[in-house]
Amino acid sequence: MSLTVMILKMSQGLGRTCAIFFLTLLFSLPLGMLVALLRMSKNRLVSLLTRAVISVLRGTPLMLQLLAVTYGPYYLFHWSISRNKLIPVVIAFAINYAAYFAEIYRGGIESIPVGQYEAAEVLGFTRGQTFFRIILPQVIKRILPSITNEIVTLVKDTSMAFTVSYQEMFTIGKEIANSQTSFLPFVVAGVFYFIFNGVVDYGMGALEKRLNYYR
Amino acid sequence: MILSMKNIQKSFDGLGVLRDISFQVDKGEVVSVIGPSGSGKSTLLRCATFLEQIDSGEIRYMDIPAVTTDASGRGHYVSPAELRQIKRYYGLVFQQFNLFPHYTVLRNLMEAPVVVQKRDKEEVRAEAMELLRKMGLQDRGDAYPYQLSGGQQQRVAIARALAMNPSILFFDEPTSALDPELTGEVLKVIRQLAEEHMTMVIVTHEMAFARAVSDRVIFMADGVIVEEGDPEAVLGDPSQARTRQFLKNYQR
Repeated sequence: MSLTVMILKMSQGLGRTCAIFFLTLLFSLPLGMLVALLRMSKNRLVSLLTRAVISVLRGTPLMLQLLAVTYGPYYLFHWSISRNKLIPVVIAFAINYAAYFAEIYRGGIESIPVGQYEAAEVLGFTRGQTFFRIILPQVIKRILPSITNEIVTLVKDTSMAFTVSYQEMFTIGKEIANSQTSFLPFVVAGVFYFIFNGVVDYGMGALEKRLNYYR
Repeated sequence: MILSMKNIQKSFDGLGVLRDISFQVDKGEVVSVIGPSGSGKSTLLRCATFLEQIDSGEIRYMDIPAVTTDASGRGHYVSPAELRQIKRYYGLVFQQFNLFPHYTVLRNLMEAPVVVQKRDKEEVRAEAMELLRKMGLQDRGDAYPYQLSGGQQQRVAIARALAMNPSILFFDEPTSALDPELTGEVLKVIRQLAEEHMTMVIVTHEMAFARAVSDRVIFMADGVIVEEGDPEAVLGDPSQARTRQFLKNYQR
């Protein structure tokens, strides 16, 4: 198989790789905020429970979570395994990444000086107004570098979908590598991820620059 | 009477920080609160602005009760909705300014009047520009707080509080975070407000300023009001030994 054919075949999986990537971000970024708020809840039970969930999600391999979400329902309830594997894959990714984002959000929220809350309170802002108008914009600016880190990792982590044989780019590459007994598909995959992350880096860098108008 | 605080008790971890404090502020009055650190003067302001909760006592603004105390001696705050109504009456200027760093100077002034008080944006803008002019910052409306000196930031903070049209303005050591050469510009603005008979309570370490600008000076120590009265009397010829000792230490 020529290199061109290899690249063409693997490119067919790129759409699915992008689907995992964008859908995971779409769900995990807001979900992470919800988890962060639950984690910081004044209700000790809620906070403790959330903390336990976060620690399980961060303390076990994403690969295991992918297997659990994809095949768990079959073993537990004898539900048929969903034909579109994108659904369990995105669920597993979104939940896993939400746990990481939650901790980043929490760090960011807790780093905002208490004086910002007090100034807002004295001016009569409600709690919701204070959060969305005063706190959150400052949090986003502060956590952007850590978020970029996670997004870069996510690009590479999409390859883990091969464990449940979801036909994204890396899974196709791995199959070609097996059938052709060639290492070349892995090199192609590496180049793909590297370029993808170059785009991510550029985009996030531009976003950081846009938020540089204040200190 | 704009503010009345009666028999205020407040303790942190069983330690009495405010011990039976009573005082009131009339319309147009400028009251300075002085005293050693740890005397409870900042806590008094934070209780008056509901940033801290009192244990017992009574707080009223414009004769509207915000906190009352029942027969068993427990303080009760009115509902959050009622408290929000009462919050319109006062403004607070912090030692650390606490400007919103992601907003321009003008937006710092306009945000609360527009969002909280739901006032007309153009009307608020005109008023905010006028306030900036008064603070000598008319050309800094588009600047961000980090681009300003400490003295300028504190003047913006004063303007931000005034933009809400409060009936009384509290200052919590407004010049303590400033370099000595920048305190003058802030004190000048406060003095100007005093001349316009803005009702103000100023917690400060600037004795000469307190003496010049106040109608009344309160000296606090260990959570009680030791002495209060005419600034010349309290600062020039105090009747209490504790006050004399504080002023003597201060002059050194």
